Amino acid sequence: MKVVKALEILLPGPLTTVQDLGRYGFGCYGVPPSGAIDSFALRAANLVAGNTGGEACLEITLTGLKARILTDLVLAVTGGDLQPQWNGRPLSMWEGHSAKPGDILSFKGTKSGCRAYLSLGGGISLEPVLGSRSTNISSGFGGPEGRALQKGDILYSESPHLHLGRAGVSLDKDRIPHYGQEWSLRVLPGPQHEDFPGTAMGLFMSSSYAVTRQSDRTGIRLSGPPLHRSTGLAESIISEGVVPGAIQVPGDGQPIIILVETITGGYRKIATVISADLPLLGQMKPGDRVKFVEVSREAAFEALRISEELLRSIAQRT
Amino acid sequence: MIYPEPIFRPMGDRALLVETGDRVDPSVNRKVRELFAALRQVPVEGVLDLVPAYRSLMIVFDPLRISLATLERQLLLLHESADPSELPQPKTIEVVVRYGGEEGPDLEWVARYHGLTPEEVIRLHTGTVYRIYMIGFSPGFPYMGELPDGLITPRRETPRVKVAQGSVAIAQNQTGIYPVSSPGGWQILGRTSLCLFDAHQWPPTPLEMGDFVKFTAV
Repeated sequence: MKVVKALEILLPGPLTTVQDLGRYGFGCYGVPPSGAIDSFALRAANLVAGNTGGEACLEITLTGLKARILTDLVLAVTGGDLQPQWNGRPLSMWEGHSAKPGDILSFKGTKSGCRAYLSLGGGISLEPVLGSRSTNISSGFGGPEGRALQKGDILYSESPHLHLGRAGVSLDKDRIPHYGQEWSLRVLPGPQHEDFPGTAMGLFMSSSYAVTRQSDRTGIRLSGPPLHRSTGLAESIISEGVVPGAIQVPGDGQPIIILVETITGGYRKIATVISADLPLLGQMKPGDRVKFVEVSREAAFEALRISEELLRSIAQRT
Repeated sequence: MIYPEPIFRPMGDRALLVETGDRVDPSVNRKVRELFAALRQVPVEGVLDLVPAYRSLMIVFDPLRISLATLERQLLLLHESADPSELPQPKTIEVVVRYGGEEGPDLEWVARYHGLTPEEVIRLHTGTVYRIYMIGFSPGFPYMGELPDGLITPRRETPRVKVAQGSVAIAQNQTGIYPVSSPGGWQILGRTSLCLFDAHQWPPTPLEMGDFVKFTAV
């Protein structure tokens, strides 16, 4: 088991952080899960590179990352198409590539989606904090020093040479997700759907909302037809736990889809995005439009089961 | 009131809110702590995280490992059998605060709002021992209550973009402390040097739900 220098950050981009599948078990201390918002893309990137699904990767937002490879390794880029380049030439996504010292990885700019994931065969070696290598920027822990990546950062990997045989392993073309600018998210109503009159629920399920610029890893703020709670109810509720995908409606009636950097909230939640569609939240960006579709609990389970099987099939083919 | 049986409110397909009562109240909150303690003692397969709050416990679970129906069944059993005497003894922590001035930018406004002097506000704030109802909002942020009636104050009309780390604040009938610099809408009375959250220590917070806090002016 050998930890070696793997990657040097030349340009970090607007927000590149180390994330894995997040930290669970510390909600009672106010610690949110953090982790990759598009967990499907992170897991696929890992499996293609021969890692277990939950290894730490880089979550690259919109564009800008430029990095130099420091050792022979295999890497993969999945998620949003930020036009990855390898030594100035287009790099195919959802596929393992072998890279050697001196190679340069960069991104030309956002073509579709919002966040790309970079895995290294051998993972990213960092001391886990509270069970995870995910970065919590607002409280400053996890990842390298609890912050986003900066120019000059060096990332390490464990025995990357063991993964060199992964070059060429890829996700089937017909299984690769494609991201547009119009989203349809499947939801289950509640937990406070009963606090909204039928007209508000009807409006919510039939309207298209725009993703605003006030969106980040804490939440996606939407703008569109306001959702008014039933008359006589106070604006806020007694604070309680929330999960990613819960859709909060504050006093102004503009919904907010909760993401991964918060764990409690004091507003009513009209509906919650199903697990199978949570990864899509990581690819939505300002200017996109979203609609919501109510599904049954059984349909939600089936969708999750199918998604898990797809990931399992990548793991098995290796 | 405490509900004789908890009310279940599913949140999507991977979380469940378990409500123990209808208001912020020590006995309702205690029931949450009992359920929380019971679930930590006898972990349920498929449960990933527990978030206890004022009057609810949120359970995050893996729907592929446990169904909602099974989880609810387990919880009903635990709700009946949870032994209140098994809760750990609460501790009382003294929090030293530098009130007013640059570190307490809202002290004067709060005083004027209530027709009091700043010294009287400090006396009221330090004169009560507060129960920690929950830790939430951000790692280590304690929600504590209740403030004496004479200090019940609305939030700031315009939240601050940046509240300093360690700020001691009040809003409505609750008081809290900001563990890190963050945006915030509560009224800031002063600041403490107490470290409220350290991810590299265990436990990561010196304050836990169920403990008590006494503020002292310095």
